[in-house]
Amino acid sequence: MSGSHHDKLTIETVAEPAGHVVRIGGDIDLRTSPELRGRLLQALEEHPERLIIDLTGVSYMDSSGVGTVVEAKRKAERGGTRVILNGLQPRVRSVFEITQLDKFFTITNTIEDARTA
Amino acid sequence: MIDLELPSDSSVLPGVRKQLRAWTHNRGWSEHQIGEIVLAVDEAFTNVIRHGYKGRTDGCVKLTVRETTQPDGIEISIRDFCQSVDLDRICGRDLDDIRPGGLGVHLIHAMMEKVEYSHAEGGGVLLVMRKSKTHVATTHNGEANAK
Repeated sequence: MSGSHHDKLTIETVAEPAGHVVRIGGDIDLRTSPELRGRLLQALEEHPERLIIDLTGVSYMDSSGVGTVVEAKRKAERGGTRVILNGLQPRVRSVFEITQLDKFFTITNTIEDARTA
Repeated sequence: MIDLELPSDSSVLPGVRKQLRAWTHNRGWSEHQIGEIVLAVDEAFTNVIRHGYKGRTDGCVKLTVRETTQPDGIEISIRDFCQSVDLDRICGRDLDDIRPGGLGVHLIHAMMEKVEYSHAEGGGVLLVMRKSKTHVATTHNGEANAK
């Protein structure tokens, strides 16, 4: 039993005046979170003002993904970068709420809000 | 009934989630409950891979899913063949301690109604999770989990 091409994670990083936007698509789980971790840490190396993690295209995230963004946020804070989570679908948002991590992150609904958060 | 023997390899996770979604959908579970069941199984399977087999991909994981009638619900068993562990050490971390990791067990308990770990006959750990069709996970705000 293995995943189809639909399960592939897509990650695109765009440098904007407000900061770096990392747009993610697909499922984030134990299999795909190492790739996400690498891309987030790579984006932080440039010490952007903001790191906007755009999860609009993510329909599934487990604790591996949550742990990955927690690690990125902690590293970002040490380097003076503000981390914003944008566009959480209800199922993804509920994982943050149940683990009480919604209080730890700045969460926005639109990319426009994220750019000024 | 779903009865699978799978390798301890994260590449099987998307397929397990897909099969479980279809199985529960066909048995009348709501979409938000399906999400909870899928997440609980994913987290349990992930824990076996990470902590039981310590990343080895040649281990065996047995997944059994069946309907229950009293109450109307689901029973999911996940059994590994790892070295036995101290069951008291299988616990989620304090949620006030903000750090990566340690959230999987917490999510499993939140998503499912009953969660029991035991030593499996012949070695390994057996996890049995149950959920009735009236059970919905709640957030720290006391609100029902997202639909």
